[in-house]
Amino acid sequence: MKMERRFTSVHQTITFSRRMMLLGCGQAAIGAVLLGRLGWLSVRENEKYQLLSESNRVQLIPVPPRRGWIVDRHKVPIAINRSSFRIDLIPQQLETPESTLKTLAELLQLTTDDMDRILRELKLGHGFQAVQVAENVSFEQYAAITVRLPDLPGVQATRGFSRYYPSGPAVAHLVGYVGTANEKEYEAEDKNPLLIIPGVKIGKQGLEKSLEKYLRGVPGGQRVEVTARGKLVQELDPKPDRSGQTVQLTIDQGLQEYAARRMGDQSGALVAMDVANGDLLAFVSMPAFDPNSFSEGIGRTEWKMLSENDHIPLLNKVAQGLYPSGSTIKPAMALAFLKQGIDPKRRVHCAGGYQIGNRYFRCDAVHGSMDMHSAIERSCNTYFWATGLVTDPAQTTEMVNYLGYGQEFDLPIPSQRFGTMPNPKWLEKKYHRKWQGYDSANTSIGQGYVLVNPLQLAVMPARLASGKLLQPRLLISDRQESVKPVDASPEHLEIIRKAMAAVVNGSGTAVASKLPLDGIQMAGKTGTAQVFRLGERGHQSNWALRDHALFIAFAPADKPRYAIGCIIEHGGFGAATAAPIVRDSMTYLFDKQKALAALAPLEEQWGGTLAQRNGRQLAAFKAQRTAT
Amino acid sequence: MISSAIIPQPLARLPWRLIFVIIGIAGIGFLTQYSAAGGSVRPWAMKQGLTVLFFLSLAVIMSTIRENTIKQLAFPAYAVILIMLIIVEAVGFVGKGAQRWIDLGFIRLQPSEFMKPAIVIVLARFYELLPAGDIRKWRAIWPAVALIGVPWALILVQPDLGTATMVLLGGVAVMFIAGVPLRVFLIPAAVLGGAIPIVYQFMHGYQRRRIDIFLNPESDPLGAGYHITQSKIAIGSGGIFGKGFLNGSQSHLDYLPEGHTDFAFATWVEEWGLLGGALLILCFAAVVVWGLRVASNAKSRFAQLTAAGLTATIFFYSSINLMMVMGLAPVVGIPLPLVSFGGSAVMTVMICLGVLMSLERQQRTTSGLTR
Repeated sequence: MKMERRFTSVHQTITFSRRMMLLGCGQAAIGAVLLGRLGWLSVRENEKYQLLSESNRVQLIPVPPRRGWIVDRHKVPIAINRSSFRIDLIPQQLETPESTLKTLAELLQLTTDDMDRILRELKLGHGFQAVQVAENVSFEQYAAITVRLPDLPGVQATRGFSRYYPSGPAVAHLVGYVGTANEKEYEAEDKNPLLIIPGVKIGKQGLEKSLEKYLRGVPGGQRVEVTARGKLVQELDPKPDRSGQTVQLTIDQGLQEYAARRMGDQSGALVAMDVANGDLLAFVSMPAFDPNSFSEGIGRTEWKMLSENDHIPLLNKVAQGLYPSGSTIKPAMALAFLKQGIDPKRRVHCAGGYQIGNRYFRCDAVHGSMDMHSAIERSCNTYFWATGLVTDPAQTTEMVNYLGYGQEFDLPIPSQRFGTMPNPKWLEKKYHRKWQGYDSANTSIGQGYVLVNPLQLAVMPARLASGKLLQPRLLISDRQESVKPVDASPEHLEIIRKAMAAVVNGSGTAVASKLPLDGIQMAGKTGTAQVFRLGERGHQSNWALRDHALFIAFAPADKPRYAIGCIIEHGGFGAATAAPIVRDSMTYLFDKQKALAALAPLEEQWGGTLAQRNGRQLAAFKAQRTAT
Repeated sequence: MISSAIIPQPLARLPWRLIFVIIGIAGIGFLTQYSAAGGSVRPWAMKQGLTVLFFLSLAVIMSTIRENTIKQLAFPAYAVILIMLIIVEAVGFVGKGAQRWIDLGFIRLQPSEFMKPAIVIVLARFYELLPAGDIRKWRAIWPAVALIGVPWALILVQPDLGTATMVLLGGVAVMFIAGVPLRVFLIPAAVLGGAIPIVYQFMHGYQRRRIDIFLNPESDPLGAGYHITQSKIAIGSGGIFGKGFLNGSQSHLDYLPEGHTDFAFATWVEEWGLLGGALLILCFAAVVVWGLRVASNAKSRFAQLTAAGLTATIFFYSSINLMMVMGLAPVVGIPLPLVSFGGSAVMTVMICLGVLMSLERQQRTTSGLTR
């Protein structure tokens, strides 16, 4: 065992000095570390922290750009922006939601519908996203809110712009509408902060949606210095916004609106095309909603009314409505026959029907002896059944498809449907069976599997009239490449055109729809597409079971300039409902005064203009709902 | 020390160099408070300035106390403070909440603050009384551990981790200087290192979070890590010369929390840069060096240990805060003495300095023979 060393005061002094040394060194080391760390932060990492400090200090508040206009071929506005006042709620800043909402309801005269929507959005929304209270409020109301703002925390009154469609429902299905971005759209754009600014709307339907990238513009930025609590200290130099581009359409706004009004309360579609270049002049689907009320955030009642209507005002019938073409297919069929060497003078006797296999197909009338011209003029089915049997169905159907039926077009319209032009190969693939005589028979009168959209109803006569393989276009900027001629001999085309002219001007099915103009004749073809069973055709009391009425036309018959295709759902005979609408619309293109004069008595009979009738309908619906 | 015929002796005898440094640090504090208030002496700068002046005068008065008096007061003062700590704990228990002070009506006494110098003095007294030969024995250790441990535990459960740590460090520093064998420090340090994960389990939620965030402040930049992140941004963005007086965006736009209290250093450095920060650190270093010199020159064991311990207390006070604001230590809520707004830190530091000045004065005035 080692003897313990005696620890004296001498040792103590030595230990103290040594420990003091250690302590001093330790402290010096820590001091050095502190200085080093300070230098590291403020010199080596200075740049990084300066950036962070700057991004703390300065925030960029996006300034929404003005949405680009949509104008027609004559630069007449179709969709514009109106200066408007709006009131919003910021849920996070809302201190007394109940009393605030009550005050707002009084000042803005909000309906229960509006209150429902606001409460629903407040519940669903995120605290940061503004909830719209009212848009397009009057200046008086705006001022009334503004002076009370200090007592209404969470309420925001701003001046902005709102989308306005001067002709309302007439362009609804063409341009669509705009609306506040929903969560999915916000996520899809990587949480673009622009989309959650109150009042910023994006295209939801139609051209507004498909042309979004042109129309939106580039947001500017207001650079502001803010405190950690978000209080604005000062505004720094702003970055200007760039308005969206103006998009010029090929549409003729006047014709568009005229056709929409001319359709009255009927459900249908009308497409007009410039035969010279494929410009679409009208793109009408009726009845329609008012895109203005959609863009403002539609009320529940109005939405209910629209979705309950059996005329389906929410469906874009031009792009998505598919109908049997009926007899409008006949001119194209005839051209296909001619191409296969059928002599136009070849005659077929119509005894009121035709036997194919073990089935007897009934014609509309006993037409007697028919050649190609009279068969188109009088729309004799027997002629087409008989001729269809002596020609090659594959070639015939291919020709019809080539002329437009069942064809796809590249148009900036979201979700289009293009229908079907059946052919033997398609039938084999889809239904696994051989093409039969009755398939030829059904197809040659535009029934059976034949489904076309209203756009094709305009493209077909345009191609027949011009002899060019026109492509429809909606944007002036979509310059058409050189248009190929239709692969058919000019003489054959002339035979078809003559026959179509006779439909309206000879002794055909649409003689009641001659143009009321001197020296301008219209050529056309009626169609009546069966919706229900054979035998119950034609005019009957149940609207939903009535046949569709179709009419395709071009004018002038000798020197075609315009082509129109029209379908009136459940309109009965094509000659009775569709042809007059086409006639008046065609008249509008040549003589506006005359066309408008023809419309006036009709609208009087229907009970006012489109806007008046729509307004009354909504009021009646509301009254009925509150009554029940 | 200023030698002049005009200036009266007692005044001339004051350690003026130290006082200038102290006033310099307080001046930096004043400017920081002024800037943190957006260029106004209200509400902090003026009040802080007056507090510093008051306690500085107190320190100067304390410097006239004789060493013997301090010695005699050591144990009684320690006992009184300990009782106050227990009272605070009891009141807090009754009041069902954290209580750190005794409200005397005109002033709120925070006894834990007094414990910082008191622990040093009482331990110095203890080791002075301990025979030199016993320093390596058990009896040199356990009373010291008890003297430190009891107040430490009482303060820790308040809960005030910052002050408890300061008391612990001050006490341990005296033990170290007194010559307690190194293994007494090294073994517990090793054990503690191993025990940290266990201690962590018993910590309060907010204390635990502070440690989590210290280890990875960016893990929660908007939550509890916000303090450290913003403080580093303030310091780092200042650069060498700083953004200029009253131009600190971090502090003025409220991104830096507690810019006038615990994070005053960040406020200062953002505006005065590396140069300003280094100046402040060197000022503190000068105070510490002065204190260590007092300890080295001390003629009695009590004076040696007291001076070294109090200096260590001042050192820990400032360096822990600086490490904290620069992201080298967890946020424990220790202010930067004389710079951060708040009276307790000033009071503690001034008590330490007052005792140190008293010891220094007696070094100069009493000859070695009278020891």
